[in-house]
Amino acid sequence: MTQLPQTTARKLGLVIDLDTCVGCHACVISCKGWNTENYGAPLSDTDPYGADPSGTFLNRVHSYEVQPEQGTAQLIHFPKSCLHCEDAPCVTVCPTGASYKRVEDGIVLVNESDCIGCGLCAWACPYGAREMDAVEKVMKKCTLCVDRIYNENLPEVDREPACVRTCPSNARHFGDFADPDSNVSKLVAERGGIDLMPEQGTKPVNKYLPPRPKDTLSEGAGDIDILAPYLEPVAQEAKGFLGWLDKTLEKL
Amino acid sequence: MHPAPSVIFFSVFSGVGFGLLTFLGFGVPHVFGWNAFVFFVIAYLCAVGGLVASTFHLGHPERALKAFTQWRSSWLSREGWCAVLALCFMAIYGIGLVFFDVRWGFFGVIGAVFSIATVYTTSMIYTQLESVPRWHSPGTPAMFLSFSVAAGALLAGEIHAAMALIAIAALLQIALWVVGDGALEASGTSLATATGLGQNGSVRAFEPPHTGTNYLLKEFAFVVGRKHSLKLRVISIVLFAVIPIALLIAPFSHWLVLLAVISHVAGALASRWLFFAEAEHVVGLYYGKR
Repeated sequence: MTQLPQTTARKLGLVIDLDTCVGCHACVISCKGWNTENYGAPLSDTDPYGADPSGTFLNRVHSYEVQPEQGTAQLIHFPKSCLHCEDAPCVTVCPTGASYKRVEDGIVLVNESDCIGCGLCAWACPYGAREMDAVEKVMKKCTLCVDRIYNENLPEVDREPACVRTCPSNARHFGDFADPDSNVSKLVAERGGIDLMPEQGTKPVNKYLPPRPKDTLSEGAGDIDILAPYLEPVAQEAKGFLGWLDKTLEKL
Repeated sequence: MHPAPSVIFFSVFSGVGFGLLTFLGFGVPHVFGWNAFVFFVIAYLCAVGGLVASTFHLGHPERALKAFTQWRSSWLSREGWCAVLALCFMAIYGIGLVFFDVRWGFFGVIGAVFSIATVYTTSMIYTQLESVPRWHSPGTPAMFLSFSVAAGALLAGEIHAAMALIAIAALLQIALWVVGDGALEASGTSLATATGLGQNGSVRAFEPPHTGTNYLLKEFAFVVGRKHSLKLRVISIVLFAVIPIALLIAPFSHWLVLLAVISHVAGALASRWLFFAEAEHVVGLYYGKR
């Protein structure tokens, strides 16, 4: 049913830390790997080794340059996947009921055997989180690794989304936003987590932690490090054999 | 937005067909027998042809019947229902007119209401999308309805009504273009809000996530031909409004009306192409495009 639930018991989602993301794209690859080999139609590639490669991905990492009024520009790596919105516009537009938001945990999913591939849900999503698979002709999107997080065949440490599990800089966190004491709720409270495109009224569950201000480089020649006196060269003049050789060669 | 030919043909021809069915349902023109048969064949060819064209862009057309299940929330599903109900009621009404020389007004009026509702639901599929600010406006259904009713009047042979309705459609279309050009800015969505990085400075897309293209860029960041948009707007207005009105002012002849219809439909196709090609999806912002 493509009517949205009034409330969901839990609100599972991700916190993405723009301060620590190093833009390595490991989350992109682990996502593609897990979701190609497991639940649902595989994520196809077309012309992968040719001149015009293209493929389906559920998670992509953009990079942005932020130029402040003064000072140097900052490069921000920006991973983007489905935000599992509370007021998900992609769900209500679906004519077949293939798109739905789960009452128990708020995950937005596509029932691929009901999807007619009309593409309207991808049109409705302002974030570009849904991609039509060029081979399977059904809509693909982030499942929040629903086949990992509840999977009792996996070791407990692996029961989180593949992107979170693989991130080498701990820039991705998974948890329940409905619980104010969860790790993700605390992170959002401490670091001022924000919504993407709040004006679109989608009420995204996933939150982004803004980059912290960078240390400022000291300006002017007078400023030197407080450790500088201790770092002065110890050996002013060469001594011993090498010293004699240096002086002798100098005289020649 | 990518201007898919199937969707452009669908929305223009189903608009024409259901516009004509609306007039026929209200008994305009008052025809029976073979005359009525010809009118109904034209209307059904356009309406059904458009609906069939719309299934060409589906990934799995064999599952299309499932699209009737979500009428409570989905405009696309409601459109399916309205179209089928309109065609069923109008078929009963048409059988009465063609074979029995009787006008079952009840079926005609119900069919006409569902016909115009089909056009409205089609327009709402686009209007509901907040992600495409140019479409997210009451002007979109107004434009779709005015085009449909104008084409219906033209095909029904209501010359004076057609001239007035075409002129209204042209004015609405121009207003929609002017308002639409500022819609993305007015929506407040920008790369700054899309990334949430706006407080720190001005944001610029530095590196895309992939070296090649992808579904999102093909579907939503269509920019080919936008540089010709002003010329295409003029061509569209001349074809769908100026030429047909000029031909209708001239002394009545079936050939001139036929020419007016062809010109009007060609102009409507150009206008609908622009409707898609000029529409900016906010996801383009993530790629530094619009």
